[in-house]
Amino acid sequence: MTLLWILLLPLLGALVPVLTAKWNRSACALATAIPPALALMLLLYHAETILAGESLRFFLQWIPLLGLDIVIRLDGLAFLFSLLILGIGLLIILYARYYLSERDSMPRFYAYLMLFMTAMLGIVLSGNLLQLWLFWELTSISSFLLISFWWHKAEARRGARMALTVTGAGGLALLAAFLLLGEIVGSYDLEIVLASTDIIQQHAWYPLLLVLFLLGCFTKSAQFPFHFWLPNAMAAPTPVSAYLHSATMVKAGIFLLARFYPALSGTELWFILVSLTGLATLLVGAYLALFKHDLKGLLAYSTISHLGLITLLFGLGSDLAAVAGVFHIINHATFKASLFMAAGIIDHESGSRDMRKLNGLWQFMPITATLAMVAAAAMAGVPLLNGFLSKEMFFAETLHQHLLGSLSWVIPVLATVAAVFSVAYSMRFIHDVFFNGQPKGLTKTPHEPPRYMRVPVEVLVALCILVGIFPGYIVGDLLHAASAAVLGGEVPEYSLAIWHGINLPLLMSVLALAGGTLIYVNRKHLFDFQNSLPDFDALNSFESGIKKFAARCEQLYDWLDNGSLQRYMTLLLCAFIVLAGMPLLSLDTLWGGRDELAVDAVNAAGAAMLLIAAFATVIWHRKRVIALLMISVVGLMVSIAFTRFSAPDLALTQLSVEVVTIILLMLALFFLPHKTPKQSEASRVVRDISIASMVGVIVGSLSYALMTRPFSTISDFFIANAKTGGGGTNVVNVILVDFRGFDTLGEITVLGIASLGIFKLLTRIPLFKPSSDGDGRPWAVERHSLLLSTVSQSLLPLAIMVSVYIFFRGHNLPGGGFIAGLVTAVAIILQYIAQGVDWVKARMNVEYQRVVAVGLLIALFTGIASWLFNRPFLTSWFDYFDIPLLGKIELASAIAFDLGVYVTVVGSTLLILASLGKMTTSHRPVHKESI
Amino acid sequence: METLFACCIGFLTACGVFLMLRGRTFPVVLGLTMLSYAVNLFIFSSGRLTLRGAAVLGTTEQYADPLPQALVLTAIVIGFAMTAFLVILAIRARADLGNDHVDGKLPDATNMKKESR
Repeated sequence: MTLLWILLLPLLGALVPVLTAKWNRSACALATAIPPALALMLLLYHAETILAGESLRFFLQWIPLLGLDIVIRLDGLAFLFSLLILGIGLLIILYARYYLSERDSMPRFYAYLMLFMTAMLGIVLSGNLLQLWLFWELTSISSFLLISFWWHKAEARRGARMALTVTGAGGLALLAAFLLLGEIVGSYDLEIVLASTDIIQQHAWYPLLLVLFLLGCFTKSAQFPFHFWLPNAMAAPTPVSAYLHSATMVKAGIFLLARFYPALSGTELWFILVSLTGLATLLVGAYLALFKHDLKGLLAYSTISHLGLITLLFGLGSDLAAVAGVFHIINHATFKASLFMAAGIIDHESGSRDMRKLNGLWQFMPITATLAMVAAAAMAGVPLLNGFLSKEMFFAETLHQHLLGSLSWVIPVLATVAAVFSVAYSMRFIHDVFFNGQPKGLTKTPHEPPRYMRVPVEVLVALCILVGIFPGYIVGDLLHAASAAVLGGEVPEYSLAIWHGINLPLLMSVLALAGGTLIYVNRKHLFDFQNSLPDFDALNSFESGIKKFAARCEQLYDWLDNGSLQRYMTLLLCAFIVLAGMPLLSLDTLWGGRDELAVDAVNAAGAAMLLIAAFATVIWHRKRVIALLMISVVGLMVSIAFTRFSAPDLALTQLSVEVVTIILLMLALFFLPHKTPKQSEASRVVRDISIASMVGVIVGSLSYALMTRPFSTISDFFIANAKTGGGGTNVVNVILVDFRGFDTLGEITVLGIASLGIFKLLTRIPLFKPSSDGDGRPWAVERHSLLLSTVSQSLLPLAIMVSVYIFFRGHNLPGGGFIAGLVTAVAIILQYIAQGVDWVKARMNVEYQRVVAVGLLIALFTGIASWLFNRPFLTSWFDYFDIPLLGKIELASAIAFDLGVYVTVVGSTLLILASLGKMTTSHRPVHKESI
Repeated sequence: METLFACCIGFLTACGVFLMLRGRTFPVVLGLTMLSYAVNLFIFSSGRLTLRGAAVLGTTEQYADPLPQALVLTAIVIGFAMTAFLVILAIRARADLGNDHVDGKLPDATNMKKESR
């Protein structure tokens, strides 16, 4: 449980500065420091256990199905990083108290900082991959907030955006890598993953997985060629640079390399990718650092170079190299954080970070100068300081590797070259800033900082010296425990002595110091050469790259989404042709082995009529009334086809829907042009015909292939249980109202919604009122035919009776709510047609919206009623009753449900047709001119 | 018979698709109606063709598959609702926009060229 609190305390700490914002600045800073201090104490409480080589674990089940649990795992490596995060974090809080001016919002800064601290601790303490990734992303976000802390500066915003883009993209790659790992191993638990080395490395996905994983690490740790975001993130306040961009966040990538070292390393691919990337970063960073005039720019490139060094160490593949890598993590964090803070002090007290202006500061701030010089010497690798020790180990390891075969000697040589530049830029940092003449053009006179602002630097520099002189005492146990965690157990013999005798690594160190001095003294020539190179601005080229990319996307989008429905349809249909046509190509024969039925004369004639009518619809589609008549023939033929092939229910439904549809389209033509102007070019018509034929061929072939294949169906269940379970013999109807009643409920709801939508669409419509038909003939003066009105009136009761009959027999014989509803609707619509809206309204004033609602409610409550009997929704019930006069009758609850269907269908159909029909009659202009 | 049936489905689909690719609303509505005939027949045919075998218990020995029939029955009704909605939408669009082109605006000469590419 204490483990959880190590993580939770800084998170709660994010609230503290907000709550104490009204106190004075020192009190607010002090209050903010309390939670991390407590967390640090909790951590140290476990120190003995961890340093003894054990690990602690806290487990809380969260979403086991996704493999997502809350696992906190504290081992040597996590302990080391937590110590750095909390320890340096506390120093940063103190430092920031003096660094931030009155105008800056200190509580906001502290809140972001605490959030970042939580995220970072989350990464190092996570025992679950997904959880780890979550915190990983949180560091990207909180670092975005911190870099853009001075959001009024354009460069801060741009730098923050760039950092977020690069590390965020890397985060996605990392997520992909983790998902692959989880798939391969079958668990997201870190311990299981670390123990599955063989499974992972022998898997076919390993190369992909490794590349994605390294992309995540390298973007975060600013490895070449992703290093460019780090110098631009220097727009952040210096405490942020000291904390995030030297000690913690940029180490997160390195941390992952170390964390997954047991599981992923050891292969050829790992060595090549990691060591060469590290080597390139080491060289590029060290070389470029020398030319930066900005203090923080120099330190940023130096950080890149040192991160490359650590990466290289993890890529060398020997256990000792990994130990050296861990050691350098500690050392770099101490001297680089102190250097950043010193740079911040110089900036703060002299008003500039430009090394061309800053000279001779020794006389103004001797103490700070001494501290900075010691830290810079550690960075250069001067003996008796911590940087020297890990650099010695690094040199020794570069000599022991055989990565590049006979060319392996190149690596120690290049390492020495990088060290030469490292010495040169460290020397520049010391000499250019603190000596080398007098300051030029500073706005204020430099002076020593407030006493307590220097304390963090003093602490860290003291550590540099102590570790440098007594390495075994100070960090021996810590290094051993952390290395054991990285290597997964066995730690090789190593010695942390300052003096190993005269050997090759020492010679390399001496060479580096001498060469660095030489280069620094003759730097003028090198600067001239560097200035003659074309200038490359990473920020601008990155942003213009992003802009170009966005513009390309926009172009593509405009091309795809040009507002033409015809274009979309064409693309969609082409996709269909490809996707549905491809599988057909690989099919040997369409015929699936089932014998065909014989063709009789009636069927042949019906099919011929269907084909002719469909063809005629297309031919005459620009004469709309004729096309409408033709399509009604198609519909009729379809319903006849249903009759022929044993689907009486479908035939009845299709027939009544056909009637309603044709009436509707007739009405619609009143408001639409009666002719379609010829608009398509011939080439367009040819294109459309070819698309249409291809789709037709594919669908026809599919249908043939389907119908001739042997057949197995789940319908036997419905046939067997229709009578016993649903109480009806018409299986189709029983399926609709009983077995699949819930589907039907959904479908009538859709019907109701569609009709309400139509009702709404027709309200307040600015009507387009034609005064004559398409051929210029005026509307008939006689509104209603006497013959039709007489016949329709006498038909109404008959039709209602038929529909009631169809409704009731539906459960056992073809019929049912849908069909009965349509028949009723057609009968009532006939009254509208024959007598006019006013006549009907005078006799039957019903709001059809209400009818729809009533129907839906009936169906719904029938379903709910089964809850009263403790049955699931829509369970049906039936029994037989003896009713006088009628005889023995079966009553089923499904009848009530079907009634709901009936009422809904009647209501919806009438709502649609009557709403539209009303407008044709009430607004009809009577004058007889042609258009 | 199956061959003929499949031919009808294919031809209806082709006619429907061709009409759907027209530029005015009414032919598109007709095309959709035609396509829904084809689709309904297609789904129906997945239960295979059966003569004299209506799925009413006790009337025959070999029943036609009732499940696709039930699916198609609701599909017909929903198809009607969809057609109705579409056609009213077309009316509304014409009333509001003054034309009956599917894109809501008549293609001008340059657009015509672009489209036909």
